[in-house]
Amino acid sequence: MATETFIWLLPLPPLLAFFLIVLFTNKNKALSHGVAVGAAALSWLGSMIVFIQALGVEEFGKHVFESTINWLPTGETWLQIGVRIDPLGAAVLFFVAWTVLMIFIYSIGYHNFGQPAGDHDHPGLPPHGATITDAHGHKHTVPSVEPMYSRFFAFIGLFAFGMYTLVVSNNLLTLFVGWEIMGLCSYLLIGFWYGKPSARNAAIKAFMTTRIGDVFMLLGIAWLYSYTGSLSFSEIFRPEVLENMGNTMAFARLAHSLPGVWPFLSGFSVAGAIGILLFIGTIGKSAQWPLHVWLPDAMEGPTPVSAMIHAATMVSAGVYAAIRMFPLLHADQSGYALTVVAFIGAFTALFAATIAVAQNDIKRVLAYSTISQLGFMIAALGIGAYVAAAFHLVTHAFFKALLFLGSGSVIHGMEHGVLHTGNHHVDPQDMFNMGGLRKKMPITFWTFLIGGFALSGFPVITAGFWSKDEILADAFAHGHWAVFITLAVAAFLTAFYTMRQITLTFLGEPRTEEARHAQETPWTMTAPLVVLAFFAVTYGWVGIPEHFPLLGGLVPNWFHEFVGSTLAEHPEAAPFSPIPLLTSLGVALGGLFFGWLVYRNVKSPAEDKLQIPVLKNKWYFDEAYDFLFVKPSYWLAEKFTYLFLDRGVIDGILHSVARFSLFLGHAFRNYFDKPVVNELIGDGTANLVKTSGQKLRYIQVGRVQSYMLVSTFVLVLFAVLYYFLLA
Amino acid sequence: MSIPLSWYLVLAAALFCIGLYGVLVRKNAIAILLGVELMLNAVNINLVAFWRYLDPAQMAGQAFAVIVFAVAAAEVAVGLALIISVYRRRKTVVADEIDLMKW
Repeated sequence: MATETFIWLLPLPPLLAFFLIVLFTNKNKALSHGVAVGAAALSWLGSMIVFIQALGVEEFGKHVFESTINWLPTGETWLQIGVRIDPLGAAVLFFVAWTVLMIFIYSIGYHNFGQPAGDHDHPGLPPHGATITDAHGHKHTVPSVEPMYSRFFAFIGLFAFGMYTLVVSNNLLTLFVGWEIMGLCSYLLIGFWYGKPSARNAAIKAFMTTRIGDVFMLLGIAWLYSYTGSLSFSEIFRPEVLENMGNTMAFARLAHSLPGVWPFLSGFSVAGAIGILLFIGTIGKSAQWPLHVWLPDAMEGPTPVSAMIHAATMVSAGVYAAIRMFPLLHADQSGYALTVVAFIGAFTALFAATIAVAQNDIKRVLAYSTISQLGFMIAALGIGAYVAAAFHLVTHAFFKALLFLGSGSVIHGMEHGVLHTGNHHVDPQDMFNMGGLRKKMPITFWTFLIGGFALSGFPVITAGFWSKDEILADAFAHGHWAVFITLAVAAFLTAFYTMRQITLTFLGEPRTEEARHAQETPWTMTAPLVVLAFFAVTYGWVGIPEHFPLLGGLVPNWFHEFVGSTLAEHPEAAPFSPIPLLTSLGVALGGLFFGWLVYRNVKSPAEDKLQIPVLKNKWYFDEAYDFLFVKPSYWLAEKFTYLFLDRGVIDGILHSVARFSLFLGHAFRNYFDKPVVNELIGDGTANLVKTSGQKLRYIQVGRVQSYMLVSTFVLVLFAVLYYFLLA
Repeated sequence: MSIPLSWYLVLAAALFCIGLYGVLVRKNAIAILLGVELMLNAVNINLVAFWRYLDPAQMAGQAFAVIVFAVAAAEVAVGLALIISVYRRRKTVVADEIDLMKW
């Protein structure tokens, strides 16, 4: 089979699994997860085959796998869709396939497959545990199986279909289709435990917030299509098309009619404006400031969902789309577009990192960390470090999926402790309830440590170091001082809160009885952790800069060559400089050290000096949005639309129409129907006939001759009349 | 052809009036029937006279007269049958006493 045909088939197994589970196997838990994991494994296998074949192609950037078909007739031409795997696509496909498969396997253990059904579990609520009696007659509470087990696998199957579709697309249209499928699945899976009001609200919040970005993205796609007549990457990224778009002013007429009013807008080229519109889609999907608010709340969903959707794949898809659109952003002659991107990325990176420092929920720390790391990538893209952004995208996907799955494992272990003690008031996600878990959960601890160190950028051995270092080196080499300093501070905070998390969770002594009874999770959960930990370390080695001291050149900088060849102009690797290297060494080690130093003896949130209200409350963004958008929306909906417009104006009009009709009806009835139709015409005719009958009956005397006489008389009368009047 | 048409018409009118008088004033139903016959025959005289004087080439006048004979005969048959039937029920042939249709 040709590789191109093969790529077409990649997204299909998970979709098939979705339908199979929904239609047939949903009653059987083992069959359902078998189908789902089998489908994920098939897609994984296919992706690996495609990836290995891609490695074997000489100058893959120029000879990509691409295949198109005509889809919709548009006048004389066709709207084409197709698949494309180029170096960037192959790199993304690689981590998507691995993380998706690992998360599918992890979900089996996470949803307690093989455990008895719960005592009082309801669909739509997390399992509460089941009571079993062992051989000695002792009663134990053990974790119970998720009531909607099959439904979960169906949803993540559909999600995987969306992600694969997005990655293999060669055009913005199918990319957007995959994008929206993931948006739907994100909504469904965040609200998976829909019995919890918080989960419902989080699902709606996530859907609404990303929708804002998606609408702008759709606008960008429409504009791009109307301008270039195509949505396929190879068409819109042709140098002459890009040059044309880059040199045409987007708001020429507006700038002309309002000279000096919009100096910023008037500088935008068409490429820049479209690029920014598409980038707003990324802001929504990848939870960048100012649309970041949904991601922390999305942690209400099951942890594999957090790992897959909100760390490894969907939010990465936003960055992936932005990286894809880099030629467009880059083509903007004014450079404003990239400046906007760099600003948003750098600001988000720092801003989210400050919030992560003050969070106590183990998953929320990771959520803010994800926002912050995605900000790193966006900032890297904004300063033109295309390869560094892609590199960090891949390494981050591995170690953040690892961290999320690790946190899920920790929560699972803690829930075990909660079931043991029976004290359900202990929050199994609060890090201050943990401590000392390294002895109870060794595999989780070591893998989490690797993931955390990779996130912090622990020098040399972890992947995060190499990718983050490359971003900093790029920022330094191209003189983006503001971005460089912002990201350095953010990187310091990253290392700091990561070490805080590790210290509070795993080090020291157990702070609660529940933590003392935590237990290591089953192999279906720990095996994916080990696999992802492997990549969290080794994936960095494919991108070691050539001029790095000692290590440079031992392994060729494969990633840079490979992914860099996606662009028409091959980007130069940043020249080596000791300053960014020392900076990243300093912030990583310093952050880790301070994190440990500050938190090694902290016993409760009260002792935590960094629980500043502004950080704790996420810079009051939720409150501000509530005040600025949600409340006015409610007001608009309730007071204006409902009470004024609907009840007042529209109902008023309708009621007056009804009242007028009623009045008209009454008038017709009382002044026309009753007197005229009924009495005059209806009863009147009858009365006339009746009365005249009554009056005239007396002429019926019953004597033939009198009739005859009358007839004769009338005849004579008529004859006489005729004779005198007419003749 | 010395007798003019008007004489015939006068005769017919006189005969018609005698018949009409009989119909209106006689009490006996049979006499009324006789009056009707007189009126019919007055019409016949008119028909034949007009035919003879105005348009002798056409047969229509004679034909009408013959039809009137036939109708008169049928009428008398039906009329006498009715009178006999009434007589059998009411034992009378006086028209004034046959007044079931009175209001």
